[in-house]
Parts: sequence; structure tokens; C-alpha cells
Amino acid sequence: MHEAMIAQSIFDIIAAETKKQNAKPIKAKISCGTFNAVNDDVLSIAFESISRETVLQNVKLEIEHKPMQAKCHKCSQVFDFEIVRPLCSRCGSEQYDLLPDEPLLIEEIEFEVDQSNE
Amino acid sequence: MNKKIQIGKKILSANEEYARENRKVFTEHHLPCFNLISSPGSGKTSILAKTIGDLKGKLTAAVIEGDIATELDAQRIRSAGAAAIQINTDGACHLTAAQVNSALQKLPLNDLDLVFIENVGNLVCPSAFELGEDSKIVVLSVAEGDDKPLKYPGIFSKSKVMLINKIDLLEGPAKDDFDVEKVKADARKLNPNIEIFCVSAKTGKGMNEWYDWLLRVTAKTA
Repeated sequence: MHEAMIAQSIFDIIAAETKKQNAKPIKAKISCGTFNAVNDDVLSIAFESISRETVLQNVKLEIEHKPMQAKCHKCSQVFDFEIVRPLCSRCGSEQYDLLPDEPLLIEEIEFEVDQSNE
Repeated sequence: MNKKIQIGKKILSANEEYARENRKVFTEHHLPCFNLISSPGSGKTSILAKTIGDLKGKLTAAVIEGDIATELDAQRIRSAGAAAIQINTDGACHLTAAQVNSALQKLPLNDLDLVFIENVGNLVCPSAFELGEDSKIVVLSVAEGDDKPLKYPGIFSKSKVMLINKIDLLEGPAKDDFDVEKVKADARKLNPNIEIFCVSAKTGKGMNEWYDWLLRVTAKTA
């Protein structure tokens, strides 16, 4: 449900950049960590509802989920953390620290430039 | 040819700006702030009301209450003897840093030792929004079952403390349905340094250990 607020923030950022670029936005790349609890479908539907009948209509969100990483206490290996198998991928130790989760980022916006603005 | 513009901007940066402002207010007033997160009905308000009553004279706390509707929780906190500000989110499933910021303006910050934020009952959404707190405290009650840490990993990985509430139920029929050691082990898989207290806000069992921790942390900040 909190995706609604996330969608509104994405909308605001794209709208501001669209004004600057004076072009039609068509795609935005979003990245997020494991524990941001972002559901792709819910976020896309929320964004679609907000952007309907605006210049952002038809902008597609491309959402990349980055894995949670952990660092082993024993051998310092940084490994992708799996909740069902929380072990160091190199030495098998159960002693580790989780690294900070990736933030929710808007990485890139793609604009159409070979058309005049409508 | 399309044009790709690199943005690299945090999506929730507007919320984070308010969170930073709140953090500044807490630091200036030497106030620790804890953000309590749990599913509805785990006993957050009961824990806070009991804590406020039992620590009267030792610790002056205020509570910022987040609920979709009603002033019920703020009234319970006021009856227990502490200042409380109720925020109604009108349907939203979590508090935002901006809402906490306006609540802070109404609190007697100079007279306080600490601030609790009681978030909207929900194990998912509130964990994604920083409010400017020092730490999150996750509350899990025996009645909810012992599978919650693995099913809701986000909040258990981000919390400094886990309170397992309603442990009085472990003396009744629920004792075979809730494995305390499993809950502790699962939470530590996600968060090796998490502090865990088993309490009953109803009977008072285990509350003293929680109070000791609270008084220690508060003394450090003052």
C-alpha cells in the first residue's frame, strides 16, 4: 500500500525532469534493495493511475531488485544473503553482518527526442 | 534516437529531508526516539502505557501515536500519565517524517527524557519510511505465531530491539504453537545484534529487563 506514496514521489521527480528536458518521457529505471518491500505490480499500477491523462502517461517503470548482501566475520567474503540459507558462500560460517540495504533510487529517465512535443 | 538522462536520486528524499530535520530536533534536546512497529493488536499501546506508569518519576516520555482513525491510543497514553499527540493517517498504512515533524512542534520537548513513536499497525509499510528515530523497535506477540521474522524480514532486519509480548499466553494452550527459541534464532539470522526481551504488558512479567535497557539507553543520551 505504501507504493502509492512511492509512486507519487517517482511521478514528481519525472515531472520535474520532463519540464527541464522539454521532451516526452517514455521509461524510467528504478532500483531498490531487498527489504524496501516494493511490489512491482502494485507500484506500476499506482504509477499508472497517477500519471493517467498527464504528460507522463505511458511512461513504463523498469524495476530492478538488488540482492541483500552480507559480510562474513571469519573470511570477510561479501556474499548474497539468502534467508533460507544464511551462510557464507565461501567458508560456510554463520557469523556475518548484513550490509545496509540498497535505497530506492530513480536511476535513469528515457525521453523521446525525435518527435515534437504534443 | 532517445535521450537517457541519469538521475541517481533517492525516491523518498522528500521524506528523508524531514527525517533529518526531526533527527536534528532530537539531538538538540538530547532525546532518544524509538519507532515502534508491529502488526495490529500486538500490544504496542499496552506496553507503552505500562512502561510509562511503572517508570513514573524515573523517566518522562511522550508518545506520538499513529493510527488510521480515532484518538483512542492517545487517550490511553494520557491516562497512563504521559503527553501524547495523535496523528490520523486517514487510511495510509504508515507514518511519514513530515507528520512526525508537525507532531514534534506540539510536544514539551524540554521536559522530556525520550519520545516514542507508535506507528500504524503494519509489519511491512512503516519499515520503509525513516522518521528520524534513533532505532526501530519491533513488537511481536505470541498470538501472531512464530513464523513472522522470516515472513516479514525487512522490519526484523532493521530493528535494534524485538519485544516478544503476551508471553503469559505461553502458560496456556498457545504454548505448543509458539517456539520462543525459534523466533529468537530467526530474528538473529536477519539481525545478529538484535536485543530481545520477552514481556507481558498484562502481567508485568519480563518488563524489568526492558526497563533496565530503556533507562540505560536514555541515561547515555542525556
